[in-house]
Amino acid sequence: MTEPLLTIRDLHLEGRTDEEWVPIIKGVDLTLDRGEVLGLIGESGAGKSTLGLAAMGYCRDGVRVSQGQVKFDGIDLFEASAGQKRALLGKRIAYVAQSAAASFNPAHKIIDQHTEAPVRHGVMGRAESVEDGVDLYERLRLPNPEEIGFRYPHQVSGGQLQRAMTAMAMSCRPDLIIFDEPTTALDVTTQIEVLAAIRRIVKDFGTAAIYITHDLAVVAQMADRIKVLLRGEEVETNETRAMLSDPQEEYTKSLWAVRSFKRPAKPAVAEGTVPVISVRNVDASYGPVPVLHDISFDVHKGRTVAVVGESGSGKSTAARCITGLLPPTGGEILLDGEPMAADYRKRNKDTLRRVQMIYQMADTALNPRMSVGQIIARPVQFYLGLRGAAKRKRVNELMEQIELDPAEYYGRLPSELSGGQKQRIGIARALAAEPEFIICDEVTSALDQLVAEGILKLLARLQDELQLSYMFITHDLATVRAISDEVVVMKDGRVLDQGPKSEMFRPPHHPYTDLLLSSVPEMDPDWLTHLLETRGVDNIGDAATDKM
Amino acid sequence: MTLALVLLALLPLAWVFRFAGQRLTRRPYWRDMTFAVAYGYLLVAVLLAWLAWAYLQSMSADAEVANTYFFLRVAINLFIGFAIAAILFRLLGRAVGPAWSRKAFRQMPLTAAFGMLTIIVYVVVAIFAPLIAPYGQEQIIPGVAANILPGGDPALGGNPDFPLGTDQIGRDILSRLIYGAQNTVGIAFATTCLAFVLGGTLGILAATLGGWLDNLLSRAVDVLMAIPSLIFALLLMTIASVWAPRLGIPLTVFMVFIIAVIDSTRVYRLARAVAQNIVVMDYIEAAKLRGEGLRYLVFKEILPNATAPLLAEFGLRFCFVFLTIAALSFLGVGIQPPLADWGTMVRDLASFINFAAFAPLAASAPLLAAGAIALLTVAVNFLVDWMLHRSSGLKE
Repeated sequence: MTEPLLTIRDLHLEGRTDEEWVPIIKGVDLTLDRGEVLGLIGESGAGKSTLGLAAMGYCRDGVRVSQGQVKFDGIDLFEASAGQKRALLGKRIAYVAQSAAASFNPAHKIIDQHTEAPVRHGVMGRAESVEDGVDLYERLRLPNPEEIGFRYPHQVSGGQLQRAMTAMAMSCRPDLIIFDEPTTALDVTTQIEVLAAIRRIVKDFGTAAIYITHDLAVVAQMADRIKVLLRGEEVETNETRAMLSDPQEEYTKSLWAVRSFKRPAKPAVAEGTVPVISVRNVDASYGPVPVLHDISFDVHKGRTVAVVGESGSGKSTAARCITGLLPPTGGEILLDGEPMAADYRKRNKDTLRRVQMIYQMADTALNPRMSVGQIIARPVQFYLGLRGAAKRKRVNELMEQIELDPAEYYGRLPSELSGGQKQRIGIARALAAEPEFIICDEVTSALDQLVAEGILKLLARLQDELQLSYMFITHDLATVRAISDEVVVMKDGRVLDQGPKSEMFRPPHHPYTDLLLSSVPEMDPDWLTHLLETRGVDNIGDAATDKM
Repeated sequence: MTLALVLLALLPLAWVFRFAGQRLTRRPYWRDMTFAVAYGYLLVAVLLAWLAWAYLQSMSADAEVANTYFFLRVAINLFIGFAIAAILFRLLGRAVGPAWSRKAFRQMPLTAAFGMLTIIVYVVVAIFAPLIAPYGQEQIIPGVAANILPGGDPALGGNPDFPLGTDQIGRDILSRLIYGAQNTVGIAFATTCLAFVLGGTLGILAATLGGWLDNLLSRAVDVLMAIPSLIFALLLMTIASVWAPRLGIPLTVFMVFIIAVIDSTRVYRLARAVAQNIVVMDYIEAAKLRGEGLRYLVFKEILPNATAPLLAEFGLRFCFVFLTIAALSFLGVGIQPPLADWGTMVRDLASFINFAAFAPLAASAPLLAAGAIALLTVAVNFLVDWMLHRSSGLKE
């Protein structure tokens, strides 16, 4: 091709905060040829999504273009009239959003939303478009392609909805699709299906795409070229293979190195030691619906037990049983060999103190109206009875332990902190109680990889210093590999497999463990291709049907 | 008919307007302008022109023509006057005071400044009523005619000593308005506070504890809400008016409780809904797992996060309570004479409204108290809107 499909030249975007305009994108250039897939990666706040939308000539409210040009097939998108843009968007440029569940209109059937664009743009008639939709669903390996479109969005699973959205973006056979983190919200096993489907269809139709993600392993599977963004500026761009094998810039190298964090293996626990927490044959149910069946595992002093599984596997429910929020219907939970009361209201203050929890979403786990100091000080006062200067001193110590400067952060509100800092405050609040056992519920899954690595290192260090025991709930096997001593694999409320990490990651596996392990994307750009070959492509669509 | 013709004539004009704009400039704003927007611009222009013309008409020598546009003129004068007062007030706020208040004033829209100014004026008037009012609220001034017209111009039947005139039995309307602020606003404020203490506490408790308490309270509130509130209040007030003399408690106390209970149902609903969204947050779970008691949960964890919506509701609820009191007084069961009250004043002077066509000054007598009610309601709403906007903006 002579002329690139999309050219962005020296683009500057500004966003409005309180009273002034601050730059979000600071001079980014980008070219995209027909049929090429460009991966756009960076941390949250790097401006990936803003740049993706700008490639469609669109700015969110409160964002404006201060300089630069976006040209799509010779048309300047910021100069184009509303009418011109209307003719392009949806027809020649399409967008796939991160959360399909939030992007579909729940009041209309999927197929009605699918046909809207082609009919409006006059690409095809309604009947024809419905037929084409069924064809696309089939290509995307959706189960029951004939019938799935006639359901409402809430009647299909997240992974299927994400594929239906890709089909919708394809409905007019656009020249360019922008994928904004289309698999971030999905489980690993579902993610594979969506990735494979997207890759196949993009190839089939020769569509150019911009693939936005923060997951390097994912982008390695999808993109021909990768562009790394940092705080609105380009760090580097290169062909995928070259980029992976030989990153030039320090920042890129640090991104690549994140996954290398590993803890040395600990010696086996001596026979006969009393575990800090022992979960024995626990059953639990939400109302009449049973969710946990006969769960048993032990957590020893100074050890980390990782509980792994897809969403809905009962990992978090197990944590709720241990904390006493959901009294189990059968079995018992021992703390240092002593049974705990099933309901947290019946536990005494000391028992409550010894079991603490760190939450996934630091945003909802910290009271937005309390300052950092107040949040950490409360358990110090409540459990240890410290007041005045002694309390303040202890809070300062805790803040130093989590590597936040007390002088600077003591009086801040949670809204004035970054995601990683908020998570650190959550950790400090748990530490303030001087617990023996901490439940970490997906503590890193809402964070960028570099930040998440920092949190994992902090947790590891604290464990060594304070001999803490962790129950680490996660769906990310890279995290498991990094931090755990023992692994518990759960599915549908049952423990399928458990053992020391060294055994779990070495074959032979339980078949489900094997599926989980092999579904974690690797940095190798050929990984997905190999995986699909070994599994046999058609199994993938069926796996989705099984899960329904 | 004329209106329809004017609207039709604007259609081609709007097209010409947009076309001219597109020709003269190459700005995308003109290029992407829809026809409806162009039409809207022209419509506003025509309206403004008509207002200016009507304003001039009201000053015409011909009394009949002038009378027709009298109220429009007053409205425009007031509008401009209030706008200037609000601008000055905002400028003052920006120049004086600590840094935080100056920052707040800088971001404040004019409507909020107007609302704040009006409320401050009302509060000052209500508190210092005995000092400000020239006469007593129930004082029938000897030797003065009843029904002196407002305006204070002897040529038109006014009296400079009584700038807003006198009522049918010769009481000074200005004084009664000032005392009315004390009575009506004071009682409304007390009632709203009571409604919030009652509804807010029960609502948050219901959300926090849940279970049978929540069910019991919610169903009870449903029953109360099912009865039309004004009719219910009327009914209860009628009963109370029999009891009050027997028990020796002023009827006003009954009124405060009756309205507070009826309005607390709405507060309960809101407080419960807001608190329910808060109690599912992880930080509440963390506090519960820490073993915190109910008091800490409610006052330290839930209440601070529910303040913004509750405060906004307080403003709106105050307006409704205020209107209910005025309505009850208008119907004769609210604040009892001889206490001055705006609702009663509107009722007493209501018949003067019939003079509007030929003696607008006479007709404005009942409108004074009505205007006082309307002004406060509008002011509170403006202020609440702004506060809501700020609290929702802070969340992001």
